[in-house]
Amino acid sequence: MIRFDHVNKTYEDGFVALKDINLEFKEGELTVLIGPSGCGKTTLMKHINRLNNPTKGRVLIKDKNIAEIDPVKLRRSIGYVIQNVGLFPHMTIAQNVAVVPKLLGWDKEKIARRVDELLKLVNLDPDTYRSRYPSELSGGQQQRIGVIRALAAEADIILFDEPFSALDPISREQLQDELVRLQQDLKKTIVFVTHDMDEAIKIADTIVLMKDGEVMQTGSPEQILRHPANDFVKTFIGTKRLYAEPSEETFLVDDVMASHPVTAYPTRGLAESIKLMQKSRVDSLVVVDRAGELKGHVSIFQVLDKYREENRTLADLMKPFEYVVEVGTPVSVALNLLNDHRLPYVPVVKDGNRFVGLITKGSIVRHLAEVYTPATEDAVPVVQDEVVAE
Amino acid sequence: MSITDYWDFLVSRRADIWTAFLDHLQITFWAVLLGCIVAIPVAVLLVGNRISWVNSLVFTIANVLQTIPSLALLAILLPLIGVGRTPAILALFLYSLMPILRNTYTGFQAVDRNVLEAARGMGYSSAQRLFQIQMPLAFPYIMSGIRVTTVYIISWATLATLIGAGGLGQLIVSGMGTNKKELIVTGALLAVLLALAVDFVLGRIEKWITVRVKSEPVANTQ
Repeated sequence: MIRFDHVNKTYEDGFVALKDINLEFKEGELTVLIGPSGCGKTTLMKHINRLNNPTKGRVLIKDKNIAEIDPVKLRRSIGYVIQNVGLFPHMTIAQNVAVVPKLLGWDKEKIARRVDELLKLVNLDPDTYRSRYPSELSGGQQQRIGVIRALAAEADIILFDEPFSALDPISREQLQDELVRLQQDLKKTIVFVTHDMDEAIKIADTIVLMKDGEVMQTGSPEQILRHPANDFVKTFIGTKRLYAEPSEETFLVDDVMASHPVTAYPTRGLAESIKLMQKSRVDSLVVVDRAGELKGHVSIFQVLDKYREENRTLADLMKPFEYVVEVGTPVSVALNLLNDHRLPYVPVVKDGNRFVGLITKGSIVRHLAEVYTPATEDAVPVVQDEVVAE
Repeated sequence: MSITDYWDFLVSRRADIWTAFLDHLQITFWAVLLGCIVAIPVAVLLVGNRISWVNSLVFTIANVLQTIPSLALLAILLPLIGVGRTPAILALFLYSLMPILRNTYTGFQAVDRNVLEAARGMGYSSAQRLFQIQMPLAFPYIMSGIRVTTVYIISWATLATLIGAGGLGQLIVSGMGTNKKELIVTGALLAVLLALAVDFVLGRIEKWITVRVKSEPVANTQ
């Protein structure tokens, strides 16, 4: 679909931005260009809509050298989403979305229909948003408009220039999910620039890793994670993902513990405690006094057992912990405790008896999952039998 | 002198006053219009221009013009282009350049670079970018430049009578000559009222056109 053929880019001041780039972007695929800032990824992408022109070499779209196409015409046939959204503040949302169709001279009715259709595509109610102005929308909503504006004229190719990096983490996740969902139906040829490896792994069909104007490695996320071509790629994709043989000794309980388990004061009544366990979906509580001192634990069975005795509090029922670990203890010690004494969990304490967290089977599994798999959220298994409330 | 005397005076001289008022308005109008025609395109060219000394040169010239005392400027122009309304308009036009130039330039500079980048990347031609994106976004700035200029020009135009251009200054000068306070007061008062009224009307026009232009930058979420 898009082919870079020995493309070189040298700026007037002598800076070499791209060195002999040979690349192919496949039709219907989402290719992510990634690398540290200044690696040339954005420069490379801007060659596709001729915002940059090669000093040497050719860029071909559908085997046609784009140097021969009028840049204004070319750009209207390619969707473009930029980092800071770049919506036109003096136009309504509908006008913003309709920009390219209008430049292409579509008739009014067709444009209006298309705008509504696109707004629905990103779950924005056309009647509510059509005639608002960009400044009345949140950052996430603005970038949704940025995305559908790029889709408006039914371009085959869409360029994304770090579109989500300025958003808050929640909006970013949502927009990534939406992009993946849209791409399943639309099958556009997408070139997506980012510096965020998690984002790349999440959305990419193919990742192109760049450094200093050169392509370091090209491949699917799986290939790159499993077989990084060199040390640079290894560091870039992150050491945490890459422990070839993680040994538990390297991890301390501090890394593994669940730091916000459900706790209760000793003065709590039994009915309250049951309510709390129900709400947090746990089967036992860690009892901690108001100074943060660890007092003991109580399970739902103990509570139910004494439930009829109305004046009881947790202080009467709780049992002290037989085993605790200090912060800084290797995980293997905690694992052995869990295993040897068939404990459901071991508390972690600090400065004598101050409670800081809980080692559970669930927290260990979660930690291992993070280490062994790329950090995509859906790869983390949900562990049911634990005392940890999220 | 009572109010009724003054009223009688106004009624008896209404033809002269009206002529002076219209002259004043016309001189101002043409000076500002010429200023817009010259300064706005020049500012647009300067914004696109990358040779920085050209920009500073143009701004320096406009600045210098601005600082010449108006009486002196009129005197200098007198031997060059003679007397009458045209020289007056020309002199006042020179004064109008600076505020319009400065404001237009600032307005264009204030347009968010991301917006321009997006426009370019989506296939706006340079002309479309200028008229559909930059102009509307810079409009409030341009308009405030025009307002400031117009108010100045109205007050300076009272001096235009010294080179025979007429206007409200005529009333003042002849009032001084014949020691008629009514004339002086009328001329000064009308000049003030005219300035206020024009400023108000231009403000209204600006609001009417910009009513839907949200010129605050699109929320930067960083």
